[in-house]
Amino acid sequence: MRYLPHTKEDIESMLKVTGEASLDDLFNCIPDDLKTKDSIDIPQSLSEWELNAHMEELASSNIASKEYKCFMGAGSYDHYIPAIIPYLISRSEFMTAYTPYQPEVSQGTLQGIYEFQTMVTELLGMDVATASHYDCGTALAEAALIALRKNKKANKIAVSSLIHPSHRQIIHTYISPAGYELIEIPYTKEGLTDVGALENMDDIAGIAVQSPNFFGNIEDLKAFKAAADAKKVLFIVSFTESLAFGLLKNPGYFGADLVAGEGQSLGISKSFGGPGLGLLAGTKKQMRNLPGRFIGKTMDTNGDEGYVLTLATREQHIRREKASSNICSNNGLNAMTAAIYLATIGKIGIREIAQQNHDKAVYLKASLEKSGFESVFDTPFFNEFVVKAPVGFEQKRVALVNDKCIFAGMNLESFYPEFKQHYLFCATETISKEDIDQLAKEVQ
Amino acid sequence: MKEINDLNLPDDVKYTKDHEWAKLFEDIVTIGINDYAQDQLGEIVFVELPETGDTFSQGDEFGSVESVKAVSEMYTPISGEIVGINEALEDAPELVNESCYEDGWIIKVKPADISELDNLMDKAKYLDMLKG
Repeated sequence: MRYLPHTKEDIESMLKVTGEASLDDLFNCIPDDLKTKDSIDIPQSLSEWELNAHMEELASSNIASKEYKCFMGAGSYDHYIPAIIPYLISRSEFMTAYTPYQPEVSQGTLQGIYEFQTMVTELLGMDVATASHYDCGTALAEAALIALRKNKKANKIAVSSLIHPSHRQIIHTYISPAGYELIEIPYTKEGLTDVGALENMDDIAGIAVQSPNFFGNIEDLKAFKAAADAKKVLFIVSFTESLAFGLLKNPGYFGADLVAGEGQSLGISKSFGGPGLGLLAGTKKQMRNLPGRFIGKTMDTNGDEGYVLTLATREQHIRREKASSNICSNNGLNAMTAAIYLATIGKIGIREIAQQNHDKAVYLKASLEKSGFESVFDTPFFNEFVVKAPVGFEQKRVALVNDKCIFAGMNLESFYPEFKQHYLFCATETISKEDIDQLAKEVQ
Repeated sequence: MKEINDLNLPDDVKYTKDHEWAKLFEDIVTIGINDYAQDQLGEIVFVELPETGDTFSQGDEFGSVESVKAVSEMYTPISGEIVGINEALEDAPELVNESCYEDGWIIKVKPADISELDNLMDKAKYLDMLKG
């Protein structure tokens, strides 16, 4: 479906109906002091040749990750994007400025989102998944709101201090104006969320835990499920690395009521940190509380299969005063990307990619330890882990970016001030053994 | 849709202005939506139920009923604690259409104050209200 601006003829015929002589007359109701007096200050037009040269110059001032070896994760991961993905998603039917939801013109898009939802439920082990959200942080904030609105007696949500710091901030931004409060669950010296601390937390509507957590460690979700059940509150599981479920048991297995995570790893480029892809799924019981939209499979009057937007009434059409969220859209192109990615790699492929991520991260950790880094947590991890760096590493790290095109980990101190000289390292399938050996040599 | 005189409005239940019914039996009040409500809504596809143990005051919203035409909130006719929900409605919401006073009941409440039932309408008063 194409979106074309009005032609001169369109405008004239519409003006004939409204009775105005020109477009300016139509906007007469806008007070003069609100209108721009002078024309907008933009440079002279360029020829195609000049414009290309200008854009290339701008583009070359960026660091493109292809030439760089990236040992940083922390919520945005460097993964291989199969060639089929850019080829398919650049088709104009998908890459429009707006996702068309009208079933009479958009069966392809709707089926794509339907397949996406189905694959997300399989990946996460949940009953239903929404058509997607902006990113993990906003999906997680919506999950927190579901818990808070459901439980009329409590106005707090317990959030692990090892949930991505930006995502905790987004939850706070979303819930605090409504009078709700985020309370952080501290972490233990093993680098895990302290489940015992929940005992003293009262008046909570839900418990949110990220696994693998921000330190890369795998949480004991079973224990948190038990704690949530004991308190009769919703159990929310988050994640920033969706490929981890190629190896790990999924949140549904551990009895999550809601799952909110990041889907950037599923074929989506890092693009300066966004846009990502918010995955939000729930049990069947939570279906009517989930915000946004779902695509459903149905049958038309001829008995043929068809796809329609369903269960989106509260946000946009009727009962808006009952809406649990003002989310009226989804992240269509990135959801399509994730669907194509998951269909491309398949059930065996995701396992293999996940295994490679883990194996390489284990090798990276061992190599860094040989180079004088100290292991910090003796806890199972997926593809990220924390190490303590030897003195003088920070200067080396900056030099490595400039001289060797290597991003050697992320400084943890900026998010957790108590972790001076600690770094969060990540290895994905894009990193080779040679890359790791080189890094180990450089940082020695 | 049914004419007012064709509505099935039993004599042994109380009615609210929002078209719920309430029936007291051995200290427990069973609550549902009446024939007028189910008829106006049409084919019911989902009933949103509260949870056992939840407490409500008279007039509080306790759930919603969704038909192919509309979604309508339900308000509890009496204050108290929910002691039963009709779980059969989860898989068979059409029971509300087929049998709104029997198999299509919605919640059972242990009333906090039985005298609140006196605030509700009997059949004659309810009919008067419908006829305006």
